[in-house]
Amino acid sequence: MLRFFLLVNKQGQTRFSRYYSGMPIQAEERVLMEADIARKCLKRSDVQCSIFEYGQYKLAYRRYASLFFVIGFDEEENHLSILELVQAYVEILNTYFDNVCELDIMFNIEKVHVILEEMVSNGRIVETNKHNVLAPVLEMNKASR
Amino acid sequence: MPYYRLKDLIKAIRACKTAADERAVIQKESAAIRTSFKEENNDARHSNVAKLLYIHMLGYPAHFGQIECLKLVASNRFADKRLGYLGIMLLLDENQEVLTLVTNSLKNDMNHSNMYIVGLALCTLGNISSPEMARDLCAEVEKLLGSSNTYIRKKAALCAMRIIRKVPDLQENFLNRAKNNLNDRNHGVLLTAITLIIEMCYKNPETVQTFRKTVPLLVRHLKTLVSAGFSQEHDVTGVTDPFLQVKILRLLRILGKGDAEASEAMNDILAQVATNTESSKNVGNSILYETVQTIMEIQSENTNAVQRHRNIILDCLRDGDISIRRRALELSFALINESNVRVLTRELLAFLEVADNEFKQGMTTKICLAADRFAPNKRWHIDTVLRVLKLAGNFVREEILSNFIRLVSQTTELNAYTAQKLYASLKSDISQESLTLAGVWVIGEYGDILIKGGNFEEEELVKEVTESDVIDLLESILAGPYANQVTREYVLTALMKLTSRFTSISSIQRIQAYIEKYNTSIEVEVQQRAVEYSNLFKFESIRPAVLERMPIPEVKEEVVRQTEDTGSLLDDIGPVTATTATPQNAKNDIMNLFSSGSLLDDIDPVTATTAAPLNAKNDIMNLFSPGPTTPTTAPVAPTQNAQQTNALDSLGLLGLGDQYVAYNKNGFKVSLNPSKDPNNSNILNIEVTFHNVGVGVTVQNLLFQAAVPKTQKLQMQPPSSTSILPGATAQQTIRVANPQKSNVRLRLRIVYSTPTGAKVDEIAEFNGFPQEIW
Repeated sequence: MLRFFLLVNKQGQTRFSRYYSGMPIQAEERVLMEADIARKCLKRSDVQCSIFEYGQYKLAYRRYASLFFVIGFDEEENHLSILELVQAYVEILNTYFDNVCELDIMFNIEKVHVILEEMVSNGRIVETNKHNVLAPVLEMNKASR
Repeated sequence: MPYYRLKDLIKAIRACKTAADERAVIQKESAAIRTSFKEENNDARHSNVAKLLYIHMLGYPAHFGQIECLKLVASNRFADKRLGYLGIMLLLDENQEVLTLVTNSLKNDMNHSNMYIVGLALCTLGNISSPEMARDLCAEVEKLLGSSNTYIRKKAALCAMRIIRKVPDLQENFLNRAKNNLNDRNHGVLLTAITLIIEMCYKNPETVQTFRKTVPLLVRHLKTLVSAGFSQEHDVTGVTDPFLQVKILRLLRILGKGDAEASEAMNDILAQVATNTESSKNVGNSILYETVQTIMEIQSENTNAVQRHRNIILDCLRDGDISIRRRALELSFALINESNVRVLTRELLAFLEVADNEFKQGMTTKICLAADRFAPNKRWHIDTVLRVLKLAGNFVREEILSNFIRLVSQTTELNAYTAQKLYASLKSDISQESLTLAGVWVIGEYGDILIKGGNFEEEELVKEVTESDVIDLLESILAGPYANQVTREYVLTALMKLTSRFTSISSIQRIQAYIEKYNTSIEVEVQQRAVEYSNLFKFESIRPAVLERMPIPEVKEEVVRQTEDTGSLLDDIGPVTATTATPQNAKNDIMNLFSSGSLLDDIDPVTATTAAPLNAKNDIMNLFSPGPTTPTTAPVAPTQNAQQTNALDSLGLLGLGDQYVAYNKNGFKVSLNPSKDPNNSNILNIEVTFHNVGVGVTVQNLLFQAAVPKTQKLQMQPPSSTSILPGATAQQTIRVANPQKSNVRLRLRIVYSTPTGAKVDEIAEFNGFPQEIW
């Protein structure tokens, strides 16, 4: 199952984070861990594998422009599938925000949360289909006007 | 001055130049938020909580907002509810008592008419429910799992998964609904249903049986996915819904493991997926990865799908990334079979040259194992092991070395060849310890052949080897920087042997002088050898006899275990020398009962000695994992009810601790007394006691056989007696090696006869060892 979902930029600032059950992380440790992960991702070159081990978890990451999308997961998941999940997520964000960029994510963080909620629940993948994810989100947006 | 909207706060934080600035801004804002909460400002609550969540993400304390989130959830506005639930999910975890206050809201919202609100509630419950909440709300989730709305069903399935995790007893409630969901056409529902089922199977292995019947359905789904044309809504760069495919494959893997029928059903589709999926993109690769794992784990006869990719795997051995290299290595070893052993070994040897040291030990063992099993001829075998020694001699385990020496002694026709090759390699390189040891031993044993053979080809130059050349070499080894105590011992012994192999007096005198130099060595072992050998020179008459050629060791095929790169061979379990007393009349029955099919295509080389009873034992092992040839074993397969009486009733009888009764029928009882081996925690010693409690007559010709699951190994000692008088007992010790710490299960076969002519032949299963034992 997925353990956490993290978006960090190249300066090491966390733009978005979501932790799933089983991660016993307090605030200070969390910040440290996020910074550490950002450092590790930055150090890796383009030809190195996108999946590596970090403590007891495995991390899969992809860099899109200035943001690193990092997913931490444990043994049961298919590593390559997780990479695909990152790609799917980015594509959905792209459709929703129209050419998403880091600022979009920063200023609309609740929306980003909601979209992720539709896709991943308690660390398991629920839905990856763009239409099925976005339709409820758009409906809910209308309802909260 | 508080910032009113989240956007403004973010802008302000971005404008901060230093970390201290940022901290100041956030603290000011936190204080403002706290005040606003105290003032019960309903309108601003929404934006306050949003800002609080942002602050929390950055790593600052935000616990004072928890109650506010609860208030938001209770509100009627959808936006409030949504933010409230999000806040609860982020700020709370299951250990907080505040969470129970949410239970009521959750219950109401799950019964709400608006499906999005229901979705929100399910989401939240699925993410952070505690065991108590799970119990309370289980009924609601069950209802929603059967709802007609696909959106709700999807979320309910994952919520159910969380509930099962927290309260495993509630699993039965969801079984039926989950099965029904498998028939759904909506991919989201399918995906979550499969995830739920996978979780159930992990938690409770018995449910695997129930779900085995769904294998055909899953295969159908997978087929549709693979062969469907382009589907716009599910397409990901040319592949239809890869996530669903991967999940189905994972479930198939769990269901197919250990069950031949299920594995048969899925063989076709696995092959189809493996061949049709495009591997140029990551998507295709993720599916292939899962397929390969599935194929490897289920009992598939047809591993051709993976063989096809052998070249890719070999290329991966040279990849820049170390984790890829490691996986490729494991996979290559798994792929070796008779047809490709030469090619693969060549590649693996090339890899050994450049491999990191941590791989080398595992690799040498595995290469030599593979060479042992699949060597097309002896010469190739010797060559391969020689090459291994040359490349990584320092990382070779002792057993490999001794196996090699045994092999050399047995291959008498190649003694000259081997001696020459070793001599040549030693001349060029004495830094590899194992190579030196092997070479020295061989030269010592076959020194005369080496001299007689005389000429050998080295780089097209024919070189003569003379006695003094050999002695020079041995002396240089002794004097060299790589010699340690073991090497010195070997060299001294070799030199001594040469005195009876060589003929020229000057050589013998040279050797004698050299050995005497070590009479005063500091190392006791070396000194002892030197002194004894020097003394031996005084007994000219018996010296040649003492130093005769070593007898050829027996053809003893060993059970050498596979090592992981970091694992350790279980040195205790040596050759399988079990000698179960086999009455002749029972032997034929054994042969007829069990199938004589070939051993499964598995990795562990359990090769029996030439004794027939052990052939029968292998067939017992087949019983546990019935391979492709099942028909003849079907009648014997345990449709008989296993005698699983784990009751410690024998405690009273015998006064011994930890006795488990494995079989108790017709007055004959078999009890097991397990204990962990003090030297090796992977080994379980089991003392088997046979009680003739109520047979009334003597039990004769007792034959006891046992089998363990494939991941374990079994060694049996002979029983104390094969005849048991009434009221008496007999004992037998068996040892189970359990490196994977999996459940120790035993399948037992008990055969005996009585003077009245009755013959008993029973099979029992025992599965009752407590977890601490293994």
